[in-house]
Amino acid sequence: MSQPNSAQGVCSSRLTSQDYAENFSDLHPPLDAHEALVAADRCYFCHDAPCITACPTDIDIPLFIRQIATGTPESAARTILSQNILGGMCARVCPTETLCEEACVREAAEGQPVDIGRLQRFATDTIMRSASHPFQRAAETGKTVAVIGAGPAGLSCAHRLAMHGHNVKIFDARPKAGGLNEFGIAAYKSTDDFAAKEVEWLLAIGGIDIETGKALGRDMSLSDLIDTYDAVFLGMGLAGVNALGLAGEEKDEVRDAVSFIADLRQSSDLSTLPVGRHVVVIGGGMTAVDAAVQSKLLGAQNVHLVYRRGRARMNASKYEQDLAASRGVNIITNAEPIAVHGNGAVREVEFSYTVEGPNGLERTEDTFRLPADQVLKAIGQTLEDTPDLVKTDGRKIEVGENGRTSHPAIWAGGDCASGGDDLTVTAVAEGRNAAEDIHRTLMG
Amino acid sequence: MANLQSDFLGIKSPNPFWLASAPPTDKEYNVRRAFEAGWGGVVWKTLGSEGPPIVNVSGPRYGAIWGADRRLLGLNNIELITDRPLEVNLREIKAVKRDYPDRALVVSLMVPCEEQEWKTILPLIEETGADGVELNFGCPHGMAERGMGSAVGQVPDYVEMVTRWVKETTRMPCIVKLTPNIADITHPARAAKDGGADAVSLINTITSITGVDLDIMAPTPTIDGKGTHGGYCGPAVKPIAMNMVAQIARNPQTAGLPISGIGGVTTWRDAAEFMALGASNVQVCTAAMTYGFKIVQEMISGLSQWMDEKGYHSIDDFVGAAVPKVVDWQYLNLNHVTKARIDQDACIKCGRCYAACEDTSHQAISMSPERVFDVKDDECVACNLCVNVCPVEGCITMETLAVGAMDERTGVPVAAEHRDWTKHPNNPFANAAE
Repeated sequence: MSQPNSAQGVCSSRLTSQDYAENFSDLHPPLDAHEALVAADRCYFCHDAPCITACPTDIDIPLFIRQIATGTPESAARTILSQNILGGMCARVCPTETLCEEACVREAAEGQPVDIGRLQRFATDTIMRSASHPFQRAAETGKTVAVIGAGPAGLSCAHRLAMHGHNVKIFDARPKAGGLNEFGIAAYKSTDDFAAKEVEWLLAIGGIDIETGKALGRDMSLSDLIDTYDAVFLGMGLAGVNALGLAGEEKDEVRDAVSFIADLRQSSDLSTLPVGRHVVVIGGGMTAVDAAVQSKLLGAQNVHLVYRRGRARMNASKYEQDLAASRGVNIITNAEPIAVHGNGAVREVEFSYTVEGPNGLERTEDTFRLPADQVLKAIGQTLEDTPDLVKTDGRKIEVGENGRTSHPAIWAGGDCASGGDDLTVTAVAEGRNAAEDIHRTLMG
Repeated sequence: MANLQSDFLGIKSPNPFWLASAPPTDKEYNVRRAFEAGWGGVVWKTLGSEGPPIVNVSGPRYGAIWGADRRLLGLNNIELITDRPLEVNLREIKAVKRDYPDRALVVSLMVPCEEQEWKTILPLIEETGADGVELNFGCPHGMAERGMGSAVGQVPDYVEMVTRWVKETTRMPCIVKLTPNIADITHPARAAKDGGADAVSLINTITSITGVDLDIMAPTPTIDGKGTHGGYCGPAVKPIAMNMVAQIARNPQTAGLPISGIGGVTTWRDAAEFMALGASNVQVCTAAMTYGFKIVQEMISGLSQWMDEKGYHSIDDFVGAAVPKVVDWQYLNLNHVTKARIDQDACIKCGRCYAACEDTSHQAISMSPERVFDVKDDECVACNLCVNVCPVEGCITMETLAVGAMDERTGVPVAAEHRDWTKHPNNPFANAAE
């Protein structure tokens, strides 16, 4: 990489076009056919395999790998997609190192699991390159379901409902479908406009209509939907972002990591995307890591990721932390922001070191300042407008088994629903399970 | 340092690793490379009668079977004997033998089953200075249709007749190469011995079809839309070959007849196993065709290291050492009891032992919710399948129960005395107990 443009402040064109292309290429390049066969050969076809148990969508991993090994990646893809219709995206974004690959017996045997994530991508890429959609709709049932949110949970739910013959209407507040697959997630995990392509491919099942730019609460109410549709699935995610609650937070160039990532994902020319010379990211989850790494890849000179607790408490996996470190992100833990300084635009962030005391996290007198011409806040998201008619636990919509809410005609799943772990794959599982439950309920 | 020197029928070679008669030994260029790489000897690819050479297919000649990571396990060929003129081969053999006097150079022969044919070619071979001849009674494809190769090897009377012609004609040591495509290998071996053979070599290739092209619905390798059976060799045939070697080594009518072991020898260990079962040396083809001539270096160093570790000074110290322990099933001790033992520290919890035992065997392995696998001694018949399917070598072993220990499956303590089927009460023909 050539020397980045180190101008002060937040500015664009810090890199050459070649650097942008290299920095944002596939994090895990796809396996070619030979590599896939070599990787597939390593699977032991375990009995009641631990990797299946570790997968939130219960994909029969040994079976699909055997199908790849025997020259039928299309069958492998059907095995994957019948459990997880967004298997293509999950192959790219799942933290496999803490799910299937962590459970792989070859991780125990030699510290090197079967390359399950990339094998899944090989299979799903193969079938998605072919023209036909692998699933067929059942006969029309005449039932209609409204799905709020075209993210992983909503799309998964809609596809399964459509497959059972129901007519599905998806509403999404954003201008494009895909949810966090389209607007969140680091760009190097979903290259080549994959999220949009996957949505288009998924919709080929038929029976699903998407209306974008329509938000629940703003453009329609839950009671309207219940009157119009036989059932409603809520999968709108968490549109609100938490604030630091600090003096100076309103200063220029202090913004949400979520919107920073969304801008990056939607940018058609990364050189037009401004980034600070000194970037400070506050938070310890995947969003924080994605924002920090991508700031660095956009040409920021110094990127600090600051998390208020210890490393072990970070939601970002060890793998993600290492990725950030390898890209040049400085990770500081046990430090909490106490003030944002600057005249108009941010110049510095002041932190206090913390300790875990008997009453939780406590600030110490030990403080320090980091230079910052851009601050990205990644300290969690919230349900923006709590929908009426369904109970919440104060933060998220309360759900029971299969995403059932307190209202008999309303289901919920994904990040907006209680439980779960904010993973794409979990959202897909919840959407699918809710769809099956809605189907059983509607068909009596 | 162990001495790997081999003396087979008076033919000396610095080690017991010879290249078998096959494509790697078809011409001077290859054989010189082989000797430079360290091979102890070669059997030159089979020569035919003088006259227009035979013609090989110009389509694919090989088919294969692979294991994990495309490791070649079995190779099938439809190549015939040498397709180069006899005089060219003879000239090259003479030149090579002159330059490598310390290596074994045996010439493989296959001419029609007529006395005059054999009596004509043998003096030509003698003239080259070659160390001996090997009679190819083994090739199962192509030449067999013309009454040669395995067509001879499958009729013991022909084996004996041709061997006798050869022994009457030449002073050279005569090795008879046997085909495995026969019900009982000791029959042609005995015939060779009766004909005066100095040794037998085995096995030649096994009749086989390695694959079917499911698009054009034809066997592979496919030549212009059609295929034919070929001869199968490589690691996949080693167990078949070793059994045949052992059968000849322990049969009273053939015991003592020198054997050159052939069939899937890939490593020094394979060679040691063949030799333990009675082969004085081994011949290699597929391993060289897969990896090149250099593999002989591992064979030499491995055999040497193992012999040093075991205290064997020369190869004669262990040739045939395992033969007395190859017996008929009826002499196995039915009082001997073992049980599978799983090393929980080595176990990676794949569950393959459980699936194999539960689905296909004796339901003798339990599985806990935490994926801990344990052997149920009261069900375990000691079949060894769990050992065989476990991907971790040494994780599951078979433990011998001591005399007097209770076999929980039968409820009978392990008896001290040997009792095989010939003495078992369930055998109506059992000898009366002592």
